[in-house]
Amino acid sequence: MKKNIKIIILFVSPLIISGVSLFLGPYKITPVMTIKIFLNETFHIFDLKDIPEKAIIMDIRLPRILLAGVVGAGLSGSGVVLQGIFRNPLVDPFILGISAGAAFGCAITVGFFPNWSVQFNAFVFGLIAVGLAYAIARTQGEISRLSLILSGVIVSAFFQALVSIVKFLVDPHKLQAIVFWLMGSFSLSDWRIFKIAFLGVSIGLLPVFLMRWRLNVLSLSEEEAKSLGVNVKRDRLIFIVFSTLAVATATSVCGIIGWVGLMVPHLVRMMIGPDHKILFPLSLTTGASYMILADTISRSITSFDIPVGIITALTGAPFFLYLMKKGGKEAWGK
Amino acid sequence: MLEIKKLCFRHKGSKEDTLKDIEFSAELGKVTAILGPNGSGKSTLFKCIAGIWKPYKGSICINGKEIDKLSYLERAKIFAVVPQEHEPAFPYSVFDMVLIGRAPYVNFFSSPGLKDYEKAKQALQTLGIYHLKEKSYDKISGGERQLVLIARALAQSAPFMLLDEPVSHLDFRNQIKVLLKIKELAYKNKITALVTIHDPNLASLFADKIVVIKDGRIIGQGKPNHILNEKLIQEVYGIKINIIQNNGFNLICPVLDFLKNKQMGA
Repeated sequence: MKKNIKIIILFVSPLIISGVSLFLGPYKITPVMTIKIFLNETFHIFDLKDIPEKAIIMDIRLPRILLAGVVGAGLSGSGVVLQGIFRNPLVDPFILGISAGAAFGCAITVGFFPNWSVQFNAFVFGLIAVGLAYAIARTQGEISRLSLILSGVIVSAFFQALVSIVKFLVDPHKLQAIVFWLMGSFSLSDWRIFKIAFLGVSIGLLPVFLMRWRLNVLSLSEEEAKSLGVNVKRDRLIFIVFSTLAVATATSVCGIIGWVGLMVPHLVRMMIGPDHKILFPLSLTTGASYMILADTISRSITSFDIPVGIITALTGAPFFLYLMKKGGKEAWGK
Repeated sequence: MLEIKKLCFRHKGSKEDTLKDIEFSAELGKVTAILGPNGSGKSTLFKCIAGIWKPYKGSICINGKEIDKLSYLERAKIFAVVPQEHEPAFPYSVFDMVLIGRAPYVNFFSSPGLKDYEKAKQALQTLGIYHLKEKSYDKISGGERQLVLIARALAQSAPFMLLDEPVSHLDFRNQIKVLLKIKELAYKNKITALVTIHDPNLASLFADKIVVIKDGRIIGQGKPNHILNEKLIQEVYGIKINIIQNNGFNLICPVLDFLKNKQMGA
């Protein structure tokens, strides 16, 4: 019973948090006015004139909230996948270097190849990054938890260095764009960006959603999964490719946002258990909620727009420490 | 019937065969034990049969058909492997763990259906551990965990069950309990069980047939009472023993020369 209530809360949380988030921001708009505008735009009940509040709600806040939701869902969904297939509760797209790889793909596109697709390059370099991390960790047979994290750190550092080279070479006004975007922010959101993100994350996570129960099997040892009839290498590859697509799209629209993919799956696992059949969808909704919450904080506590990556890192790093301490030797094991 | 014919296996880069001309058969609804000391090659043989490692010579046949070319999926519908109990990366519930046994029957883009839940439930009931279903797999005892893994193999609905040292790390009570369950499954559910084991007494008590391996070679096979004798044990384990008959079972008791001498001296 209690578990069902938790499931419902996590499931509807993005709706509630987006609703509240719509009221908040540097420009004060009363909740009543917000609801009025929202209803007017969707159902045409009231006859409102073109007031500035309307543009703020419909063209600034709403696409931004939706974008944050999609990105949050994409990052935590990928976090669940990566933790499952690598049988390692301490990894996420950020730690494995996918975010850094994708960021490099975006940076070279912005800096040198403005005609290319940012998303495509982010995807390609994200895949290269995770492939490298996996190959380095897998020097002999089964991958240990620690070696995977270390190789992720190595790959991440490598791609960040490449990003620095791009920053060094690129012309100054493009540099500003790259630097700002690398810190991770939703301040440039609009409907066009939201549509791109929604499409990329959906294409990435829909197959994963359908295959999510297989993560239970893949999270066992490789030999065990094989004896249960699973083609481990093929399935891992499918999961990696699709979740990298989601991460690359997310990174391409809002820069590097770390820790979400690590924290959210853990929180959900603590609340409702590790069965991926429920864990995956609830991580999507919880990730969306968490990201919308973090972004709301980042845009409303000061008059500046603090990059949301800073907020997630400020909460995520202590959380990682907590997990390490709690898991003790076991967390690092083998 | 499972038949192993002239099977040879060699590790990559090694000059010597780990398994040499292994040949034996396991009959339907019977428990066949592969007995041997540590390092004798019984785990290697186990992995070859389970399809994890590939032998370079010889064949594995089921009812006369070779199975070398089967995919993991097809193989999983014939062999259910019970690994040694272990800690998974995530603390799944007992029920979820058993449900994983249905993996070969779940479509690629879907989750287990009602029939799969029913099979998992039946498997838990057959092993008498249905009351544990909500418990976390990492919070139950070693013996219970082994039973959960056997239930998972049962849910896998495969005619052959391969059990890798199912009792070597359990206490005496759980050893007997788990082996009894395996025997019961073989008889009642017509499952052909192949068990690796290193305790000759447990093999004698629970197996219908024993295959004795040393240094990658079979040095004896047959009914426990026929093959367990002083000479064979001396050859395999290098210790002197006496055979004791009890309730129709041949049991082994080591000869403790040292104690004997002491008593004589006193």
